[in-house]
Amino acid sequence: MEDSHFDTVIESKQGWSPVDWRELWRFRELMFTLAWRDIKVRYKQTVLGAAWAIFQPFAGMVIFSVFLGSFVKVPSDNLPYPVFVYAGLLPWTFFANCVGGASNSILSEAHLISKIYFPRLVIPIASFGSKLFDFIISFFIMFLIMAYYRIFPGASALMTPLLVLFTLLTAFGIGTFFSALCVTYRDVRYIIPVIIQLWMYATPVVYPLSIVPARYRWIISLNPVAGLIDAYRSALFGKPFDWRSIGTSLAISLVFIVIGLAYFRKAEKRFADII
Amino acid sequence: MTTVIKVENLGKLYQLGIKQAMRDSLRDVIVDALKSPFRRFTRLRGKDTDGDDFFWALEGVSLEVREGEVLGIIGRNGAGKSTLLKLISRITEPTRGSIKIRGRVSSLLEVGTGFHPELTGGENIYLNGSILGMSRAEISRKYDEIVEFAEIGRFIDTPVKRYSSGMYVRLAFAVAAHLEPEILIVDEVLAVGDASFQKKCLKKMGTVAREGRTVLFVSHNMPSVQNLTTRCLLLEKGQVVMTAGTEEVIKKYMNDVAQADAQPVMELAEHPGRLAGMTPALRRIWMTGGEGNIVNVAPMGGEVTFHVEYEIDGTARQPIVGLIFETIHGSRIYGINNKVAPGAQVTDAPSRGMLSCHVPSLPLIAGDYFITVTFARSAERDIDWIERAYRFTVMPADVYGTGHIPRDCLGILYGEWTFSA
Repeated sequence: MEDSHFDTVIESKQGWSPVDWRELWRFRELMFTLAWRDIKVRYKQTVLGAAWAIFQPFAGMVIFSVFLGSFVKVPSDNLPYPVFVYAGLLPWTFFANCVGGASNSILSEAHLISKIYFPRLVIPIASFGSKLFDFIISFFIMFLIMAYYRIFPGASALMTPLLVLFTLLTAFGIGTFFSALCVTYRDVRYIIPVIIQLWMYATPVVYPLSIVPARYRWIISLNPVAGLIDAYRSALFGKPFDWRSIGTSLAISLVFIVIGLAYFRKAEKRFADII
Repeated sequence: MTTVIKVENLGKLYQLGIKQAMRDSLRDVIVDALKSPFRRFTRLRGKDTDGDDFFWALEGVSLEVREGEVLGIIGRNGAGKSTLLKLISRITEPTRGSIKIRGRVSSLLEVGTGFHPELTGGENIYLNGSILGMSRAEISRKYDEIVEFAEIGRFIDTPVKRYSSGMYVRLAFAVAAHLEPEILIVDEVLAVGDASFQKKCLKKMGTVAREGRTVLFVSHNMPSVQNLTTRCLLLEKGQVVMTAGTEEVIKKYMNDVAQADAQPVMELAEHPGRLAGMTPALRRIWMTGGEGNIVNVAPMGGEVTFHVEYEIDGTARQPIVGLIFETIHGSRIYGINNKVAPGAQVTDAPSRGMLSCHVPSLPLIAGDYFITVTFARSAERDIDWIERAYRFTVMPADVYGTGHIPRDCLGILYGEWTFSA
């Protein structure tokens, strides 16, 4: 037909539609710009700036070291408890901030959604930028703490970038799901911090996996972050990687991604109408 | 020339009150589901689009736009203009029909989308530019030009939260004006900014049109529609009423507006604009046109009469009715009453009556205006006062008979020029 010269066709699409990755790639600059804005704004608004990024896991480390480490004497895999707990809180904070940030991201960019077109997935992905930035800063503190206790990372520490990617993937699936859910049901926004808080205690962050009785460990292994946190500790402290649990975590993360994306794609059609 | 936008049988269904409905919560959904597990099911299966809760914001809209054409889209509030633009810019999905587009589209439904108050002008150029679809390299290339167009000079390194609203708008528009899409979609964005800058933007947009770019332009400002477009589309209640040359479409639109808005009379007895402590003496206000018919739209320079009825306990003595004309932005333009202006100097008036003020030639430019009405029994003290009691619209008209419609000011000055050397 003579219509073949058109390059965009807009129609109502029923049901599930796959993610247009090529289009998303075309909008990568917007993703970077939004992430850059978040970082810039955050460091302009707070006097503390970079210190704020460190504060969250660091304060957690101090409190948990005092109460759980010294008073309760929670075992810590033969490591000084502060090192152990910071190595858990560091990736956990990163993950929790990513999920929390992504969940709120669509609602907080409502003015963009209702005024301009771009693939909506750009928003939750861009929200990871500033969290990653904070993570990198607080990661340096990890090395300082380790140096203080004379623990030196081995070659396995080189795995960390891969683990960061893995963390982002896990947060991506869950974050996109929540971000879309928050638009449809406004009260979800208030539940998410609670979920994240409870989730932390269900994850071996402030205690080692070894104190969980063996017969319940499979439950823990269903939590993709559990394997992830464990892998960070392996990478930093040169302990052997538990490949089985990493594999399970990765598989579960992928399932979350599929569910998250499917729901997001379905819900995003209505974002502009209901936001 | 090739068709670059082809819209066929486009429809968009909205659910009324959905925003409120969605704002309530997951909790309600769960409670609902527990209370009546089958209702949701029936709703899902049922012919739910027939209910009162749904309305077609657009229905059966078809149109074609050719390359390099500047098409105006006009219509009254709620006619579906913005919905049409949102569908073509892919912000929301159609319920029915299709839109086929050839070329890169930029839509400008607002200036300064995504501006962040904490960031500097320069940073916001990058932010806004990439939100509008420019690449970083493209923005860097045009950066100096944008800064110059915005006329903000050394404030470029100041956070935009410290900008005056004029500077803010100028910067925002400067970015938008440097977009180079093949198709540009513009909503009523020129309503903001000061007059001279508006002119500059219109000029820039005119250049865009002459460069052979396709433009879809929505505006309530008829003179600028007239200036920029050659062909117009008139929407009403979500449907295309007419597509024709701009002159013809604007004429029909004006006619429709004048007729539809001829809302009879404004009742004042319980008007919310009445100031506290006032005696409700004012009863009704309305306006009539040159032929004595009730209207609330008048052309610039048109003949109108304002009528105000009062009713009060006891005698009205020397009733004085005041009319204060304001723009919708609240600037007072004229104030007149039957004490300062000649005519009805009444004494010993009865408890009920009407005062009419005849204006042979309305000296207001196109726009919407409010009238605040006051009432007094004597020259001493106002006993009733209703802020913004009545609203009317002035339509553009060629008052000087020169083909140029005055704009950008408030009033019309009737003057004639002579030349001597």
